[in-house]
Amino acid sequence: MFEIVVILLMLSMLIALYRFLKGPTLSDRVVAFDVISVMSVSLLVILSLYFQRSLYLDIALVFGLIGFLGATIFGRYIERGI
Amino acid sequence: MFEYLGYLFIFFGVMAFLVSSIGLFRMPDIYTRMHVGTKATTIGTILVIIGAILTEPSWAFKLILLAIFILITNPLSSSVIARASHSDGEVLEVDELKEAQK
Repeated sequence: MFEIVVILLMLSMLIALYRFLKGPTLSDRVVAFDVISVMSVSLLVILSLYFQRSLYLDIALVFGLIGFLGATIFGRYIERGI
Repeated sequence: MFEYLGYLFIFFGVMAFLVSSIGLFRMPDIYTRMHVGTKATTIGTILVIIGAILTEPSWAFKLILLAIFILITNPLSSSVIARASHSDGEVLEVDELKEAQK
């Protein structure tokens, strides 16, 4: 069960990674980065169920915080420069 | 019994992620891509977390904390990106109000 779900999630991360590499403007890349970081948060939740370790949930929380900060800082950079 | 309901919720959440990434692949401009890339991932994450709570009820505190965190930060980051790309000069590909502006 978990194998099928993880394979589908990796497939959708690959399609988002195409937009990250191809995207014509910087805003497209930032949106794709945000999508990939949220997807990896729920990938960590699924892995914590698969390995039966609740430690991975803490890593998911910290990873969500880092992804949110990255998207916000890139938004500020697009808006007014460094 | 609740385990299989949890697996079903996780499967629907991952389907929402797949729909979101297909929309990110096919949509024409930045605003529609941002629309499909943030709303669908929010509902996908919430469905996966509900499924994890149903599968493993003893981790409910951390999972609810994670769900509240995602519900706060995901619309915030989408709003910041939309404001930044509008001030950067991005235009809509299909703009039905373009003639009304003249």
